[in-house]
Amino acid sequence: MSNAKQTIQRIGWPRLIIALFFILLIVVSPFMGLKLSDVFSDVLRRWSMFGILILAMVPGVQSGIGLNFGVSLGIVAGLIGSTTAIELSFQHGSPRPWTDLGFALLIAIPIAALLGLVYGMLLNRVKGSEMTVSTYVGFSVIALSNIVWLLLPYKSGVLIWPIAGEGMRNTINLEESFGGLLSNPAVVEKMPTALRWLAFEVGGVVVPFGMILFFLFMCLAVWLFLRSKKGIAMSAAGENELFTRSNAIDVNQMRILGTVLSTVLGAIGIIMYAQVFGFLQLYNAPLMMGFQCVAAVLIGGATTRRASVTNVIVGALLFQGILTTSLPVIKRLMPSGSTLSEVVRIIISNGIILYALSKTKGGNQIEK
Amino acid sequence: MDGPPILSMKGISKEYFGNRVLKDVDLVVGPGEIHALVGENGAGKSTLMNILFGMPVIHTTGGFEGEVEIAGQAVKIMNPHEAMDHGIGMVHQEFMLIPDFTIAENIKVGREIGTPTVFSKILGPSMDILDREAMSRDAKKALSRIGMNIEDYVKVAGLPIGYKQFVEIAREIDKTGIKLLVFDEPTAVLAESEAERLLEIMKLIADQGIAIIFITHRLDEVMAIADSLTILRDGELVERSSTRDMTVVEIAAKMIGRKVERLVDLGDTCRVCDQENVALELNNFSVDMPGEQVKGMNASVYKGEIFGFGGLAGQGKIGIINGIMGLFPAEGDALVFGEKLRLERLGDALKHDVAFVSEDRRGVGLLLNESIERNIVFSAMQVHNQFLRRIGPMKMINRKKAKKHAIDMIKLLDIRCTGPQQKTGSLSGGNQQKVCLARALTLNPKILVVAEPTRGIDIGAKKLVLEHLVKMNVDEGMTIVIISSELVELRSICDRIAIVSEGKVEEILPPDASDAAFGLAMSGMSLAGVEGEVKDE
Repeated sequence: MSNAKQTIQRIGWPRLIIALFFILLIVVSPFMGLKLSDVFSDVLRRWSMFGILILAMVPGVQSGIGLNFGVSLGIVAGLIGSTTAIELSFQHGSPRPWTDLGFALLIAIPIAALLGLVYGMLLNRVKGSEMTVSTYVGFSVIALSNIVWLLLPYKSGVLIWPIAGEGMRNTINLEESFGGLLSNPAVVEKMPTALRWLAFEVGGVVVPFGMILFFLFMCLAVWLFLRSKKGIAMSAAGENELFTRSNAIDVNQMRILGTVLSTVLGAIGIIMYAQVFGFLQLYNAPLMMGFQCVAAVLIGGATTRRASVTNVIVGALLFQGILTTSLPVIKRLMPSGSTLSEVVRIIISNGIILYALSKTKGGNQIEK
Repeated sequence: MDGPPILSMKGISKEYFGNRVLKDVDLVVGPGEIHALVGENGAGKSTLMNILFGMPVIHTTGGFEGEVEIAGQAVKIMNPHEAMDHGIGMVHQEFMLIPDFTIAENIKVGREIGTPTVFSKILGPSMDILDREAMSRDAKKALSRIGMNIEDYVKVAGLPIGYKQFVEIAREIDKTGIKLLVFDEPTAVLAESEAERLLEIMKLIADQGIAIIFITHRLDEVMAIADSLTILRDGELVERSSTRDMTVVEIAAKMIGRKVERLVDLGDTCRVCDQENVALELNNFSVDMPGEQVKGMNASVYKGEIFGFGGLAGQGKIGIINGIMGLFPAEGDALVFGEKLRLERLGDALKHDVAFVSEDRRGVGLLLNESIERNIVFSAMQVHNQFLRRIGPMKMINRKKAKKHAIDMIKLLDIRCTGPQQKTGSLSGGNQQKVCLARALTLNPKILVVAEPTRGIDIGAKKLVLEHLVKMNVDEGMTIVIISSELVELRSICDRIAIVSEGKVEEILPPDASDAAFGLAMSGMSLAGVEGEVKDE
């Protein structure tokens, strides 16, 4: 009895309820006329696609800046990297998907690191209200990026509005570039046999194997980092500032490190997201993305003060899983559900954030 | 004294969770009497006052035994508001004033004088318009009663500290029917001239027939103005006497007087410490730590000795080590084995092999959400790069080594836990302290500084922790500095004890010095100075 109780406590009621709901949705979906293989394909796809963005929450939380609502900063860096890579290929003359992906990452990461550095310095000045500030940083940077998208002097026809001849499009198709490289069987099919494992179908279920592998690799990297000397120091800074200072560790530096890592992961995350999705979405599209990441990691069991890689993997699966399975099911149940999907997503993600913030105010679950 | 005493508390006993903090204590104060209440930290002064004021902390922990009479009538005070109704007021050590209000507003706050308006007739008297003139009149009257000449419309925010205190007193005086005023360490935050003035004001108030309870550790002030005094020690009444009948030396001795059991049995051979070899030297050392200011301290700790810093809370002994470790801004010189520490550089002391066990175990000493193992190896890993192994460019934690070391430490210090993976937040206080100690010892320091080593831990663990400190000292020649509010503890293991008062070392005493010497040093006086004799070495 007490054993079962302990297990439940360890998993946590919210996770248990959401997991049960998730399973229920999967069970009922065939009766709603959905193919199970499609449901699983969608869950796998969205899980791996969002994973790294959600992973970006971990260094932030561990270093003590809280949930990084300002991950949009990294997202913007990622988008700048991607668009620049496409433009470079355009000037080169022929499509080169792998190079695009490489350049996108190469350009995005330093930009993200630089932005993260400045952002981290800002967050050090507003200790105690990081999450409020980061929310507004997230919003502001999206507004600022809107100007950037209009002003960047890119010429590629894929990027800019065809009629105006300047200013970038809302949605940029990645078909000619790195879209689906690690996740789409149709794209992978055209590659040499040695690379065919990157994406395949098993019993009707599409497995974005390359993407999953990359996501898990990033998870491993973060996991390892958290076990390194620097990572342990950073986690200590987030947990107990005085303790960390008394061990001669500069807390502010550790917070900046966490912010930089979070922003860089955000940049990598959005590039991978776009890669799976097949499109880059500019302007206001990433506005609420930070909220989704926050909600997902919280579902996974993180608090505003502690987050682990496991929280990310579980949270991504539950959060994205619920969204992908619930929407078609609800659509069948309700008439004219075209905008309902968005409504449900907003209710779930904001509801979860609200729940988690009310639970972990002041942090630290063990100490009451 | 004529008529019944204003306050008479008889046979007061109080227990907190099975721990007796007051045993059959009496406190009697007559009208116009200035009565001093003295005792060490933890003697029971605050608990007694909490009972008098009916603080919730008393009633939620099972109430108390004994009788309280005010002006000859038995009363049951259940909350501070009732205490106010009975004419008892308190002047706090930290001022309870609203900075953005004027003096008059602060004096009348909660007891404003209002003029009814149409709205207040409907919505109740809380909607009255303030009668500022009447309030100002009252404020002026209260201020003049304590001989203060200051405009009542000035905001409190910019006032000097002394004046703030006077405003607080004026507020208490203004309460109608005030019979008894409690001053809790009122001179602690004041400059000397302000303190003198305060004492004058207290006399002025007493002359108006108001009884005063004066809580202080400054025995010279007690001698200067108190008519009578009550000495508490370990929750027991030691003495109630008229001040005239006692000397300051007697008071000091009665405050401390306790049996001291040496934990270190040194036999007949007195430990001779190498006076040439100074392990830690402080020259004109100041630390800006709120509540524990160190002001130009000088002290030397010899290599291989157990040195104690004692004194009352808030006098600065805790600030010393926090300054040395760079946790609070410090000035002046701190030398470790002759090398000057760069105080502005975080962790320079750590690099000089000074390890520190904080007095604030849960706040500074531990990562409560991390395992015992992680806590124990943390400092050594970060400072000395131990328990790490290189994998490519990364320095990863060596779990195997860390675990082995943690298990060794758990055995060595007898940490009661389910294993090295248990989170420190779920350990008892004594075991948490042992984890802190284990972390410091893992650094393999030359000087180990332990602040409040036995605060909040049970007797068994207490003895073990102290014995282990002695063992480290004897076996490994580690220089140990103990900072503690518990004099008994210091006297049981230290070779020399520095009593800190007002941010300076008042006196360095051997552990077998007289109770009076310790008691006087704690209140900022020396036995030699009082008796006019040369202290024998």
